[in-house]
Amino acid sequence: MSETVKTAPAQATTNPTVPGGTPPSAGSPRPTAPKPHHRPVTVRGIVARSVLYAVLIAIALVYILPFLIEIATTFKTDADAAANPVTLVPANWSTVAIQQLFLNSDFPLWFKNSAIVTVFVTAGRVFFDSLAGYALARLHFRGRGVVFAALIAVMSVPAVVLLIPKFLVINQLGMYDSYAGMIIPLLVDAAGVFIMKNFFESIPVSVEEQAHIDGAGTFRVFWSIVLPMARPALVTIIILSFQGSWNELSQFIISTQDPSLTTLTKGVASLASGQLSQGTQYPLKLAAAVIMTIPVAVMFFVFQKRIMNTSEGAVKE
Amino acid sequence: MSTLTSRSRRSGFRRGEAASGWLFTAPTIVIIGLFVVIPVFMALWVSFSDWGGRGSPFASTVNFVGAKNYSTLLAGGGLDEQNFGTALRNNAWYVVLVVPIQTAVSLILAILVNRAILRGRGFFRTAFYFPSVTSSVAITVLWLFLFGTTGAVNKVLSWVGIHGPNWFNDPNGVLHNILSVVGVKTGPAVLTGNTFLGVSWWDWLAGPSVAMSAFILMAIFTTSGTFMLLFVAALQNLGGDVTEAAMMDGANGWQRFWRVTLPQLRPTMFTVLTLGLIGCWQVFDQIYTGTQGAPGNTTLTPAYLSYTAAFSNQNWGQGAAIAFILFVIIVVFTIFQRWVLRDRAVSKRRMRLYRVPPADPRIAAASAAAASDSTEKTSGGAS
Repeated sequence: MSETVKTAPAQATTNPTVPGGTPPSAGSPRPTAPKPHHRPVTVRGIVARSVLYAVLIAIALVYILPFLIEIATTFKTDADAAANPVTLVPANWSTVAIQQLFLNSDFPLWFKNSAIVTVFVTAGRVFFDSLAGYALARLHFRGRGVVFAALIAVMSVPAVVLLIPKFLVINQLGMYDSYAGMIIPLLVDAAGVFIMKNFFESIPVSVEEQAHIDGAGTFRVFWSIVLPMARPALVTIIILSFQGSWNELSQFIISTQDPSLTTLTKGVASLASGQLSQGTQYPLKLAAAVIMTIPVAVMFFVFQKRIMNTSEGAVKE
Repeated sequence: MSTLTSRSRRSGFRRGEAASGWLFTAPTIVIIGLFVVIPVFMALWVSFSDWGGRGSPFASTVNFVGAKNYSTLLAGGGLDEQNFGTALRNNAWYVVLVVPIQTAVSLILAILVNRAILRGRGFFRTAFYFPSVTSSVAITVLWLFLFGTTGAVNKVLSWVGIHGPNWFNDPNGVLHNILSVVGVKTGPAVLTGNTFLGVSWWDWLAGPSVAMSAFILMAIFTTSGTFMLLFVAALQNLGGDVTEAAMMDGANGWQRFWRVTLPQLRPTMFTVLTLGLIGCWQVFDQIYTGTQGAPGNTTLTPAYLSYTAAFSNQNWGQGAAIAFILFVIIVVFTIFQRWVLRDRAVSKRRMRLYRVPPADPRIAAASAAAASDSTEKTSGGAS
């Protein structure tokens, strides 16, 4: 099934090079060459296309404008933000909000804590998820089926249900109010193990077997042969865990109380509910929201192709 | 010979495999066991106890109270029951509106973006997907500003002459608002007099509050991009031949979409609906960041109520009980949905249209023969 799908794009790319060759799948989702005879340009076609673009642009504006307004408001004064909430150019540019955020608040500390947690969680997930995924895909051991079934069951437990339970365990283990309590529960995620397992099952086993015959140990094979081959899947894990841990809120609410361990999500949430501020102070709050979005936005634009493609289905590759 | 030696070596390696297998999965098993499996059982115990948050929940001073925590919530008759009922009401409306709308919006976006003729497809996809990568906290902060009393949304509404509501401070139910426009200000006694979970039927039917509606719009805004990508993936994996055959048979675009494309998208539809449903019953971050349940408890959700019951009111047993009820709700809905969307070959009603009336046995026999002939043909064609 997957093989037939995999060969399809190859055909599609070779076909246009054959002059006059008709593509076998005329309804293929992305024809690489224009088909002038199929669709003559009619007035109706032009109108339909213009309507499509108009609709798409209108929807895109709805999706983009909030963020543009957010960025613009960051550089407004409080009064300007209240009087002109929609304008995209501040009446007079002001960096007061950003200065206040960095010089008169714990924002830098929050940023540091989020960065620490994200780095450790991402590294941990990349390592542990792939380790477990490899074992479940390749190594034969009694109980493998049980472990995998348990993993699937765990994936179906809603995260919010675990708020109180997690706190109970973290408290019992004496990890409350520590980086350990913030990081360790997030170090492995069942979904990541699942992704890695699926990936390892999709690559041929012959290379590993050769290495085993040459006398390499299991971990060595995993570390120096299998893992480098798994780059695409690892990138997926990196994206997911970076985004997941940077945006995580509930885990930090239940594992810490100490202000010195506050992360961005928790800190900005406290800003939003007005615990630290007088008045609305929208520029300040929105500046915090913009700055906390920058790392994930950068991540998104760097790996944009990959994100869009993984969701497009690995078969498209 | 060579195969023999490699085999024996491999079986030697197989012996070590069991150990490595367990070693490799050990970190995962330990962490998930410690922070998911054990906690669930601990919380299950707490939900049946009177633990007050001090010391260990297994200390001898902590008593087993049976189903008391659950009965207080489901039939206690007090404020706890009322709050729980209100939270369920709020979240139910949230689910009822968000799940279908986000599915429809993401499907429409996917179809628009998937047009082969479209230029700038990457740009549109990026634009629609970007809200999905930002954190719920950042989006909530933005939403509080946009939907503020003097915020951008009301400003835009004022351009077309609409006096916008006081979004996040407006506890009025949307359906109640609509009814009051046509003159119905109070409900019939049947609805106002009878209650379920401490909330009158009239209030159950209030619809989401204006404040909750803002959160509903936010959920659609942030999740439609993710689901759009799922639909785009599914659309690109559809073979064009079925659609083409339908085109040959003279089906118009509308028919092709409903009768051909949509049925083929059923697995993705199931995924999107399930993920949406599970996510929507877990509304927490937005409420924690934004409204804390206000105004008038109309943005209270079971997830947030569970948190405040335990962490703010030190009523841990009740908090845990709410979490487990929520768990059951999510599981039941998921199973129900699986049942509704189960793979039925052809519905009975439709089947009747195709079936030859069995009145005449000769015709039935002939049609059976024709059917077997056609299957033979197709199988022959395949081989």
